[in-house]
Amino acid sequence: MDVPLLELRNICKRFGDTRALCDVSLTLQSGRNLALVGENGAGKSTLMKILSGVYQPDSGSILLDGQAVRLRDPRDARQRGISIIHQEFSLVPHLDVTDNLFLGREPTNRIGMSCRSAMRRQAQRVLDRLGATFSIDSIVARLGIAQQQFVEIAKALLGETRVLIMDEPTATLTVAETRRLLSIMRELVQQGVSIIFISHHLEEVFDVADDVLCLRDGARVGFGHSAELSQDELIRMMVGRDLNTTFPPAKAQIQGGVVLDVHALQRKSHLPTVSFQLRAGEILGLAGLVGSGRSKMVHALVGADRATQRELSLNQQRLSIRTTADARTAGIGLIPEDRKRQGLVLDASIRDNMVLASLKRLCHPVLRLIRRRAVVRATNQQAEQLRIKAASLSQLARALSGGNQQKIVLAKWLLADCQVLILDEPTRGIDIGAKGEIYQLLRELRNRGVAILLISSELPEVIGMSDRLMVMRNQRIEHTFESRLDINEEAVMNYAAGVPSA
Amino acid sequence: MPREFQVLKALRARVPRLLDNPSVLAFAGLVLLCLAMSFVSDRFATWENLQNVMRQVSINAIIAAGMTVVILAGGIDLSVGAVMALSMTLTAAALLAEIPIPLAIAIGLATGAACGAVNGLLIAYGRLPAIIVTLAMMEIPRGLALLKTGGYPQSGLPSEFSWIGQGNLVGLQTPIVVMLVVFAVLYALLTYFPVGRYIYGIGGNEEAVRLSGVRVERTKLLAYTISGMTAAIAGIVLASRLMSGQPNAGVGFELDAIAAVVLGGTAIVGGRGSMIGTLIGALTLGVLNNGLNFMSVSPYTQKVLKGAIILLAIYAGSVKRKL
Repeated sequence: MDVPLLELRNICKRFGDTRALCDVSLTLQSGRNLALVGENGAGKSTLMKILSGVYQPDSGSILLDGQAVRLRDPRDARQRGISIIHQEFSLVPHLDVTDNLFLGREPTNRIGMSCRSAMRRQAQRVLDRLGATFSIDSIVARLGIAQQQFVEIAKALLGETRVLIMDEPTATLTVAETRRLLSIMRELVQQGVSIIFISHHLEEVFDVADDVLCLRDGARVGFGHSAELSQDELIRMMVGRDLNTTFPPAKAQIQGGVVLDVHALQRKSHLPTVSFQLRAGEILGLAGLVGSGRSKMVHALVGADRATQRELSLNQQRLSIRTTADARTAGIGLIPEDRKRQGLVLDASIRDNMVLASLKRLCHPVLRLIRRRAVVRATNQQAEQLRIKAASLSQLARALSGGNQQKIVLAKWLLADCQVLILDEPTRGIDIGAKGEIYQLLRELRNRGVAILLISSELPEVIGMSDRLMVMRNQRIEHTFESRLDINEEAVMNYAAGVPSA
Repeated sequence: MPREFQVLKALRARVPRLLDNPSVLAFAGLVLLCLAMSFVSDRFATWENLQNVMRQVSINAIIAAGMTVVILAGGIDLSVGAVMALSMTLTAAALLAEIPIPLAIAIGLATGAACGAVNGLLIAYGRLPAIIVTLAMMEIPRGLALLKTGGYPQSGLPSEFSWIGQGNLVGLQTPIVVMLVVFAVLYALLTYFPVGRYIYGIGGNEEAVRLSGVRVERTKLLAYTISGMTAAIAGIVLASRLMSGQPNAGVGFELDAIAAVVLGGTAIVGGRGSMIGTLIGALTLGVLNNGLNFMSVSPYTQKVLKGAIILLAIYAGSVKRKL
């Protein structure tokens, strides 16, 4: 057998009291595609960071072409042919594609001037190799997320990358973009590049990966060829138990009255006016393609963004919302799409984050002082209910894994006692175990009479969870399925894409 | 396992966590500095001298207290020196017009609050960058103070007014008491009231706080108004110490205040830090000044040393954060 391209032997890494990785080994042959799976907090990101030179392992060795190496920093790793593409891109938005590709390694002529024509030539070649259709002169900020990801991949390829590491590359892509990316990954592997990618989408894993490595609680719990594994086996490996991945059954519909009646909501004067009704004890799904205006619509609804027209009533009473504070007072909470940028104050404690929307309620009625003990009691109770895994609630929110971070944002609004809960992609980037818990929780809230508006780009999710379903396209509500029975994946896709149905 | 060993282990686990708090680090620095100074000069560690140090830092510390609130909320206030001068001259002018002392003080405070509110309105509601707005507001109040006085100090204030800057209260010099009260009030505001949590939150992630249904604009307006008011308080204390209103006072005070805030471990980008840290920071600057004077180091050298120490403190803080 050949000497493997990359080999990790018995890697261990601790952060303070936490064991992040323990005795993890892996082998990667050249031209193979390895998927790294596991629940949030299983140690996937730590492993990636060790591979790309961000962290140093406490013990264990890294072998490249059979030679032990020490990856001092990301630059060192890159020079040895290991590149990483993080979930947050490291592109300079206001420079064009060519400049971004060559940033820090511009080819220069004898007197040190950068050699624009050579750069452009090479840039074009690598974009052609990826089959990208945008121009090398495009300003990166004007490109879509999928295209920006192409730029990241192109950047890695330019540096003679042999091992390409991708951290949840499809998390923010649409279905079509994902398909495109996966085919490029396949092609790169054929060209001899080895890929390691993290994914929560098991279909993707089975689609493109040759091998699968599964981590749980920092330890390697499984390794195998994807062709020899079944989806159920893999899930069992990841969570360490059998898991019912289907959506919790919908109980008999509680026919609640209309809680939130959106008569007319218009974001900008040239955009269409949206109207819909949300009833007590229902989950109203909102499907649509990325860019169809779902997130912007709900942001305008709760007063986070401007709206030219916002006629609402709550429980048959006219409701005026001008700021998010008005929405909160009315009992309308929005759990935004981007946890880190919109949901959490990462450098504040878990507890401070949890009470951010309900501090007023936890104050002394006259003195308006925060009642510390009430805060501690409420947050402890909520954390236990949601099974938030943290050493202590005074830890920074930054320290938690994605699933637990999402639970904090949820906890924030549960503590605020909302009667209307709007969730924007609540399970994005979250492992299967946490996903199931969130589905269960949404169902419980619905059965308690909370009105829920659920935005999701994952069709099975939004179809499986919703009592009624709206589909948005081009800033307008294209269709509303009034009964669960009418909803099917194809019909939803047709409305979302604007294909006239037969 | 022997018990002593367990205790030791528990201690070892706790010590790094204690050091996680930047004010603890700043306090350790201050204690070390004081120890060093008392070795250098036996005049340093006397009650009289320590009280003098505290009185000397009181003006800067009061301004820095308000500055802490603004910086924690992710902003900056460069206008404090000019606001101080305007409040000071208007209070003095009021006193010279034989307006009763409490009313004259109220005029000074209102002036500071109004200047701060202008900053806050433009920054929070007008969405202009704080550094530009407060840079412009370095000029306007200063100009108004000069216009009002023609550029001359206004002396001849009533002698009862001197109590604030030169008197004693509960066994301490009054400016020290004023300083401690300002810190206590703002500490309580940041710690025990929801708005305090919001201020930290806004400095950490404004968008997340807004989406949590918090009135971010109003909170920022409050932060700048507080900073204007603390500048005014400092101005009134200084007017009483000098027994005159000086339109040219307070040049460069904004930088001293920022230095105290940052030395105290507050992150310049906001979200992390504390009132206590700022008090420690201001005291550190004062002790340094005082000790170097005892050592008869020239003021020029003192400037170099002061700058170096600020850099060193920030560097120590950033190294620790990365560990």
